[in-house]
Amino acid sequence: MKVLVPVKRVLDYNVKPRVKADGTGIDLANVKMSMNPFDEIAVEEAIRLKEKGVVTEIVVVSIGEPKAQDTLRTALAMGADRAILVTSDTKVEPLGVAKLLKAIADEEQPGMVILGKQAIDDDNNQTGQMLAALTGWGQGTFASKVEVEGDFVTVTREVDGGAETEKLKLPAIVTTDLRLNEPRYASLPNIMKAKSKPLATKTAADFGVDVSPRLTTLKVVEPAKRSAGIKVADVDELVGKLKAMGVAK
Amino acid sequence: MSVLVWVEHDGATVKDATLSAVTAAAKLGDVVLLVAGEGVNGAAEAAAKIAGVTKVLVADDAALAHALAENVAPLIVTLMADHDAFLVPATTNGKNIAPRVAALLDVMQISDILSVESADTFTRPIYAGNAIATVQSKDAKKVISVRGTAFEKAATEGGSATIEPVSGATDAGVSSYVGSEIATSERPELTSAKIIVSGGRALQNGENFHAIIEPLADKLGAGVGASRAAVDAGYVPNDYQVGQTGKIVAPEVYIAVGISGAIQHLAGMKDSKTIIAINKDEDAPIFQVADIGLVGDLFKVVPELTSKL
Repeated sequence: MKVLVPVKRVLDYNVKPRVKADGTGIDLANVKMSMNPFDEIAVEEAIRLKEKGVVTEIVVVSIGEPKAQDTLRTALAMGADRAILVTSDTKVEPLGVAKLLKAIADEEQPGMVILGKQAIDDDNNQTGQMLAALTGWGQGTFASKVEVEGDFVTVTREVDGGAETEKLKLPAIVTTDLRLNEPRYASLPNIMKAKSKPLATKTAADFGVDVSPRLTTLKVVEPAKRSAGIKVADVDELVGKLKAMGVAK
Repeated sequence: MSVLVWVEHDGATVKDATLSAVTAAAKLGDVVLLVAGEGVNGAAEAAAKIAGVTKVLVADDAALAHALAENVAPLIVTLMADHDAFLVPATTNGKNIAPRVAALLDVMQISDILSVESADTFTRPIYAGNAIATVQSKDAKKVISVRGTAFEKAATEGGSATIEPVSGATDAGVSSYVGSEIATSERPELTSAKIIVSGGRALQNGENFHAIIEPLADKLGAGVGASRAAVDAGYVPNDYQVGQTGKIVAPEVYIAVGISGAIQHLAGMKDSKTIIAINKDEDAPIFQVADIGLVGDLFKVVPELTSKL
């Protein structure tokens, strides 16, 4: 079975985002960019399924600026087999990404698409569900366990109250939650090897898909700041505060 | 404008997060609720009593049990012929269903809104709440998920909406429900608790978590939460997690014990009314957002606090 894994290049998890002074967005000049952490988990899961003999080929896809190539090379170094880069001059929203992925899925005919549940920049949590809608496939979102058996995949999902298990007919969409696995680091020999793995470059226009944005960002501001409060010296003082607030009697 | 709101329920009652979505919906227009599931009469009656609701649509069908998105979304798409906006609470079920509806309607969803600025303009958090974006939608119909903590809950009494059955649900045949492990607890649910006691990695293991955090929570009648680090380390299950990718909470009082305060955790609790932090590291970032801080060894001060309350 072939697996498709979309990956996104985002501001690194450990970098504190700074709002641009003109209120148009987040300052991404000269800051560390990395693969979206949930997408790393998706790549890792595909590799583990390949190691188990369930998956035969892993195709990674990134949609965005040319620099997303670095993110694809990281995925190839982790163990993906080949990559497709779809460049776009404008920012592509989840709906546009889902439409492009649908077009790629039509060409590639994967048995499964594994995506991160959300990107940590826009926090939309939409693309996997949208791709599932456009393909008509089942969706196992927020997965903490994925088991392929015959023509089905059983997905354990992290839900508000605990865990829920669903069985989906293949082909299917899976989106990853944090505890599905711990992604591996690419070794130096594999990073070198990844440089010669195939990477195809296309544009959004090649797929004849309209990806023009539907949302306009009018402004981006910093949230209201909380100011640091007081420190209490000991438990008795804290108990006094709680009593004054009416929290304790 | 007519607004359809998907109701999260357990068959008999309406979940709290839905009440916040109703408040957001009322800012846009007339509120119509959809109660979908199997054996949902109780929930439909409860929904009809919610203040400000004009109509409750009830879809009772085996295919709609367990809120499988593959089966629920097509029904909603059909119903949307008569509505201008579709809202869900931003719970795991809401997040699962809404984008499937949006893509079928060819609409770009607006996730996790914090406010309604006008009929087509909303604010929403990006970058784990480190920035707030104001976005305007060009789509004719709107699909929106609503952050529960950002809107008051609609009153559960006072409404007298008409109840109308709807049919047309089918099983898409691509997914089935196998089972669930839903934690049952005597403690209040995190998203509706007035007080929350949360523990972090500093608790070192699950036994300590239970022995230190839970007695304090029980003394205060509080819900129990945890940082991602504590969940990843296996001290407590995932449904305890507060943060960017866990639950978003805004209780009256949030007590963070042994939590350093990573931005991803702050994203889930920084709208709490009062934040109290207990940590032995006086430079921990949690103190920058805490209203009341106590620097000390949690293994000493928390049991002492519990005993003095």
